[in-house]
Amino acid sequence: MQTTLSKKPLTLTFWHRWRWLLWLVVVAVIYLWAVTGLHFTGLQESAAAVSRSIVHGLVHPDWSYVYNGSGEDLVSLIFQTLAIAFLGTFISALISVPFAFWAARGSHEWLHVRSRSGKIILTLIRTFPEIVLAIMFIKAVGPGSYAGVLAVSIHSIGMLGKLFSEAIENMDRGADEAITSAGGNGAQIFMLATLPTIMPEFISYTLYRFEIAVRSASILGMVGAGGIGTPMIFAIQTRNWPRVGIILLGIVLMVLLIDSLSEQLRKRLI
Amino acid sequence: MMTQVPRRPWTQRWHVKPIGWTVLMVGLLIASSRMTGVDVAMFFGNLGQFTELLVRMSQPAWDYLPVILNPLYETIQMAILGTTIGAVFAVPFAVLAASNLVHNRWLRGGIRLILDLVRTLPDLLLAAIFVAIFGIGSTAGVVTLAIFSFGMVSKLFYEVIETIDMGPLEAMESVGANPLVIIWYAVLPQILNQFVSYFLYTLEINVRASTVLGYLGAGGIGVFLQRSLNEFNYSQTAVIILATLVVVMVIDGISNHLRRVLL
Repeated sequence: MQTTLSKKPLTLTFWHRWRWLLWLVVVAVIYLWAVTGLHFTGLQESAAAVSRSIVHGLVHPDWSYVYNGSGEDLVSLIFQTLAIAFLGTFISALISVPFAFWAARGSHEWLHVRSRSGKIILTLIRTFPEIVLAIMFIKAVGPGSYAGVLAVSIHSIGMLGKLFSEAIENMDRGADEAITSAGGNGAQIFMLATLPTIMPEFISYTLYRFEIAVRSASILGMVGAGGIGTPMIFAIQTRNWPRVGIILLGIVLMVLLIDSLSEQLRKRLI
Repeated sequence: MMTQVPRRPWTQRWHVKPIGWTVLMVGLLIASSRMTGVDVAMFFGNLGQFTELLVRMSQPAWDYLPVILNPLYETIQMAILGTTIGAVFAVPFAVLAASNLVHNRWLRGGIRLILDLVRTLPDLLLAAIFVAIFGIGSTAGVVTLAIFSFGMVSKLFYEVIETIDMGPLEAMESVGANPLVIIWYAVLPQILNQFVSYFLYTLEINVRASTVLGYLGAGGIGVFLQRSLNEFNYSQTAVIILATLVVVMVIDGISNHLRRVLL
């Protein structure tokens, strides 16, 4: 009796004891593959000189670029970037609501066909690179911030739709049931119970997404979709490091400011 | 007996707050659509060009697939190396930024400020700068991803460290163990699983990010993405995007499974 009982745990402990070795081998193989696969080009001879001039440029930013009234200066382009992010996020939040109700899992449904299909669509949108979207929209509406707005508003649906649908799945159904039991119809349930319950979470997620959109709007200009990215890539290509320095400073300040502002608003919402 | 109806302040009676927010939002919307030159009619007018592009993308050139397999592997390799380097550098910074391990407020604040600044920089912007330094190739991509994941991982790590149970630490402190021994025996066992989980999560994000870094010359599949877009060869673009999609989903699946096992 005693021996039969102690036999089984022994084999288990053997596996438990040596499992780490298997994992070690797997991880080692993956890293070996990663290191040997990449052929590092090595440092260019100019790397040190370039880095030195970059640091010099960052320490001595081109202050004259901050504002010169031409509409192509740092302040106006920062505002343009914020406008792209704001408008894009706003449009995307509106489009995301139907997608979210599509992808949210209901309680009684066979195999969740509707919810599954919605989730797959959202994943596809999320994985489609934003840069490629921007380039496609540039073909449609020409280079400029309009293409940036469209790219942000389509790409954000992927993430906002997912977050919204999770909020719908986890929401409190009490108010819905109360209106149903009082004899309300579908539209009344939606307007008076579902929407007020879900709104704070929707707004909070939208603000969070706006923070991300500000970052992506500041790089969309690198492919020609408006905002601060366009002068940034020009300055890098022409090795105008003082200009790069002031633009970097502007982006960092903008992102820090927007992040803290949005965090304050979100704290007051929930 | 109270018969008086509770009075609402005038801000509530006249709905000052909701009206104020609505006016602010509408104002911001008008201002930003002016600034970005949004023109709904133009979008629908040029919809033909856009749909033509979509039609050409819906006929993927599958014979292009063998060409992009190697750059796809390179993308994954870049993501793995970049995330690892970033995570290794993140550990000491995370320990120094955790409020329950470091009691010096100035040191902690300084470290956190550095981490906040690193996190503000978008990945493509870093890539553009590092391509200028290291030249075109995957080295710039690895360095970009390392710095990008350093900022992200260090924040996730110090938030994990701040949630640990302080009992084992205090027990070891009271018998006079030195800080390194305390970290090894009392902190590490509590956080290792979550660290690995967050590492995998960052790897997922980096695989996504690394697919476009090449657009600016930082190696991987993005180089081919840019080439096909520049040559208006949208059926090749479609193959690249679909292949990237499969890779991202496979990596996400593996990493999600591992994270569920870990936690």
